[in-house]
Amino acid sequence: MKMPLSALIGLILTGAFVFCAVFAQWIAPYPLDAVTGGVWEGPSDAHWLGTDTIGRDILSRLIHGGQITIFVALASSLISFGLGSFLGFLAAVRGGWIDQGLSRIVDLMMAIPSLIVALVVLSVLPLNLTVLILVMGFLDATRVFRLARAVAMDIAVMDYVEAAKLRGEGQSWIIFREILPNALSPLVAEFGLRFIFAVLFISTLSFLGLGIQPPLTDWGGMVKENKDGLIYGKSAALMPALAIALLAISVNLVADWILSRTTSLKGGRGA
Amino acid sequence: MLAERLIGPGTVHPILKLVVQRIALGLLLLWAVSLLIFLGTEALPGDVAQAILGQSATPEALANLRESLGLNQPSYVRYFQWLGGILTGDFGTALTNGQDIGQAIAQRLGNTLFLAACAAVISVPLAILLGLIAARYNGRWPDKVISGVTLSTISLPEFVAAYFVIFLLTQVIPIFQPVAMVFPGMSFWERLNAVALPVIVLVLVVLAHMMRMTRAAILNVMQSAYIETAELKGLSPMRVIWQHAFPNAIAPIVSVVVLNLAYLVVGVVVVEVVFSYNALGQYLVDHVAKRDLPVVQAVGLIFAAVYIGLNILADVIAIIANPRLRHPK
Repeated sequence: MKMPLSALIGLILTGAFVFCAVFAQWIAPYPLDAVTGGVWEGPSDAHWLGTDTIGRDILSRLIHGGQITIFVALASSLISFGLGSFLGFLAAVRGGWIDQGLSRIVDLMMAIPSLIVALVVLSVLPLNLTVLILVMGFLDATRVFRLARAVAMDIAVMDYVEAAKLRGEGQSWIIFREILPNALSPLVAEFGLRFIFAVLFISTLSFLGLGIQPPLTDWGGMVKENKDGLIYGKSAALMPALAIALLAISVNLVADWILSRTTSLKGGRGA
Repeated sequence: MLAERLIGPGTVHPILKLVVQRIALGLLLLWAVSLLIFLGTEALPGDVAQAILGQSATPEALANLRESLGLNQPSYVRYFQWLGGILTGDFGTALTNGQDIGQAIAQRLGNTLFLAACAAVISVPLAILLGLIAARYNGRWPDKVISGVTLSTISLPEFVAAYFVIFLLTQVIPIFQPVAMVFPGMSFWERLNAVALPVIVLVLVVLAHMMRMTRAAILNVMQSAYIETAELKGLSPMRVIWQHAFPNAIAPIVSVVVLNLAYLVVGVVVVEVVFSYNALGQYLVDHVAKRDLPVVQAVGLIFAAVYIGLNILADVIAIIANPRLRHPK
């Protein structure tokens, strides 16, 4: 199957972002907190993207900030994914009061916007990386739960699952050996979307001053640090904003492609 | 009259029954959310008294403060006191400055609603118009341009869109002020001018979803047999859409529009912070940072209530707009 151009661009850009994030310590020209120039300098040979509100190199901070952004988003989407799909499968297989209970809790959590829930919860919890990752993962697990439950419901009535049940296989065999492999492809496409959602979510929280705390930084936090410069025509705040937009769009392109591939594999209406 | 119709199950109009059911379900949900907001924050580690006095507080001072805040009572007692207070309009006082929360909310709620209303008034007709155009030229360049632009605005968080707009409209083309200040004494036009930029950002954020769903709703109707008849009669494409497709797509479009207005609730919080606009979202975010729990609980509950209310409205409109339910069997 030939890869469309948009997916290829998305894949290359996503790969570049991940590469920069993994090797940030070696790629970044300056350390995270080193003041190496004047305030809000324009782009130059020494500072390709200029300097920020107290004279730190923006390119270096972008690379280091990307590491945190991508790490937090990846960790929280892994949690939401593991938790959501396991509970979703469990609800589909067990049915009865477990299904009812879990589904109603998820309904309740999805009845209010997750940003509002996160703000309420973060007003009590200490602000550190672990708490942020857990809160985001937990909130987002609700969406994965709904998808996983719906997919598993379809699979749970298949003959081979029935056969496994009659063979006397246990619950965990049914979930991990029968349902999981068959539910994987729609879930993988969903993973890309959940990852993007997590990137946007952590950036928004950091922008509001309730996410990553200094001295660590992420893209949302960088926008917040440099936002006052915009009034004086300094475009420093736009660089991290651009990075967020670019990452979001490129992962979306890849996820779209995977989604259309998996639907066409299953004989769906996909392109 | 209403009560009479509600008593006998056989005599109730099916639409009325569904609507009442939906509203009752919404109220139940709101009650569950209040429980979640109150007990959820109670159950989490962290101590309000400690948060006020800081880490270095003496145990005696902590005990005194807990006593005066009523923290020694069991949580269910405090929940019912809190809920009872809110139902009678008493939101309690803020921990940080002792101000009455109800008053503070009343001052700011108007500003938030003004901002959201302006955004809604512009974005709804625009989204429907663009959706119609995209559906008319489905698959050709106007559709591709509109869909491409809206697809990229969907992938942007609100604050990123906000700074692109600010940079464009205050630096590249300097026509606006980058902060949105509103004062109690301002005239309506001055207010409108002050909120122009935040409104543009909010419109951008909700427009994309609304337009895409409008387009999908119309394209869905366009596959019906009566549309083919209209086309074969030789009507112009715009006339087919406007007179035949649009009336049948109104029900899904209206519920899409209302759902997206609920979306504005989240957008408003971030956009208010971006523009330092003194309203409810800014108030919420400020007090999350200050760890002022009573304020966060009260404002969180208001946002949740608005969101749930709009969702109920969307469902009720969908129920009423469904002609299959209009005549009892």
